[in-house]
Amino acid sequence: MTSALRPDLAVILDHVEPGSRALDVGCGDGVLMAALRDQKHVDARGIEIDGACVERCVARGLSVVQGDADRDLSFYPDGAFDYAILSQTLQTAERPDRMMQELLRVGRRAFVSFPNFAYWRMRWALLSRGRMPVTRHLPVTWYETQNIHHVTVKDFEALADDLGVQIANRWFFTNEREIGEGGANWRAEYALFEVERSSV
Amino acid sequence: MQSKSLILPHPLPLDSGEALEGVSIAYETYGELAPDKGNAILLCHALTGDQFVASEHPVTGKPGWWERMVGPGKPIDTDRFHVICANVIGSCMGSTGPASDAPDGKPYAMRFPVLTIRDMVRGLVGLLDALEIEQLHTVVGGSMGGMQALSLAANFPERAARILAIATTARHSAQNIAFHEVGRQAIMADPNWAEGDYYASGKTPDAGLAVARMAAHITYLSEAGLTDKFGRRLQDRAEKTFGFDADFQVESYLRYQGSGFTRRFDANSYLYITRAMDYFDLAEEHGGLLANAFAGTTARFCLISFDSDWLYPTAESRHVVHALNAAGAPVSFVELSAPFGHDSFLLDVPELDRVVKGFIE
Repeated sequence: MTSALRPDLAVILDHVEPGSRALDVGCGDGVLMAALRDQKHVDARGIEIDGACVERCVARGLSVVQGDADRDLSFYPDGAFDYAILSQTLQTAERPDRMMQELLRVGRRAFVSFPNFAYWRMRWALLSRGRMPVTRHLPVTWYETQNIHHVTVKDFEALADDLGVQIANRWFFTNEREIGEGGANWRAEYALFEVERSSV
Repeated sequence: MQSKSLILPHPLPLDSGEALEGVSIAYETYGELAPDKGNAILLCHALTGDQFVASEHPVTGKPGWWERMVGPGKPIDTDRFHVICANVIGSCMGSTGPASDAPDGKPYAMRFPVLTIRDMVRGLVGLLDALEIEQLHTVVGGSMGGMQALSLAANFPERAARILAIATTARHSAQNIAFHEVGRQAIMADPNWAEGDYYASGKTPDAGLAVARMAAHITYLSEAGLTDKFGRRLQDRAEKTFGFDADFQVESYLRYQGSGFTRRFDANSYLYITRAMDYFDLAEEHGGLLANAFAGTTARFCLISFDSDWLYPTAESRHVVHALNAAGAPVSFVELSAPFGHDSFLLDVPELDRVVKGFIE
């Protein structure tokens, strides 16, 4: 079951406390939510912009609201969830800094994963060809991509610092496998962070 | 009338402060009720709907209004669920309404008390009590039926495990009220209306009721749908007549809709039910904050809107969804794309079928 999940989602599934409440922002067709519900008895809720994905979630018996994370997170009360989850979506936010603050307003903790723009293949593509890279984790050309704020591992750590957010855990992935922390900023294809409010 | 019917054993208290004695509720059922009564679905009908959701209408001979959704193997599968659909109080298909006889043996007419959506729901809950159904598997309603579903969730939170509200709102907007007022004024301007006391005269305010229906019908459709169906095409003629016949196909269509409606609906019922919808404001009933309305609920909710519905646009559903989120209720919401305007919930929209089936199973 777990093996069917993308590695960052599998890590999230492993680290969420059973019976907790989680909000999956940009939950897609609900694969993580279903796993959280079925394997961890998590009260999982989702936000998803694509109506067809929402329809599939509803058919799975999940509670998912069609909406735009940039706007709709504000309608959730403070501290409504133990976890807010933002997988591979931060780079599409209008203001990733505000998104982070909203995640940690509605959730006690947050899991945030994103493609690392400092990955060496990205750097190489930009350096050698001088054009915006198109890769497995950033698969569309610059003019049609939803990704409007490319971010690197170091950038994210700096953002957390600026926002006064504690990084509780970090995981890095390349070729769909977890890798060590050493040289993550150039070695990691994408990254997952668990963050929490500094006051907690 | 072939419907099942029961008389509520107790007077029904109303929001107006009055109470209705000897209330009759006419209803239809489909599918078997499970021994534990856990598979009952209550379907709430829209403004001019009735209990004949999946069976032939006794007056018009037409198929039920949601025949495509309710039946064996259909999204609301009567092989699995026991579906109950009742005529709301105030209406005219067998439940107590202004055309019913008052205790003095004459029709209530305008002596009938003004109702609210919550009063209609009290009537439905009275029916559930009589049927000894403690908790519904799901309440489903579109348009005014959706208002009833939300009202039931707010006022009788223990009576339903799931709430499915389609193309609806938690309160009537000024624009909604304005359109209804046009309809009511059309009815009351008809000389045959006779201050509502027309039942014995043999003359009914059909012209006024037809105009009311025509005005309302426009709000159920979309500009794109109307253009697609009629455009500016002429009806059975090559030239404009330079008169006031139904030159345009859309005029002819509306006249047909209006006159057909007068055969099956009571003008006073139209007045009372539109008034109930206009008074509907679920937040106002609960201290002005919609989230408070849902504070006690444990039900799961699903709301569905349509992108071409300008009568109850998506923003109205989102408003309810945000309140449910604030109350911590499990809620799903999806805006479906369909060209038919508000009426989309009654028409062939396969995505709707999938969401309905997915939610109730």
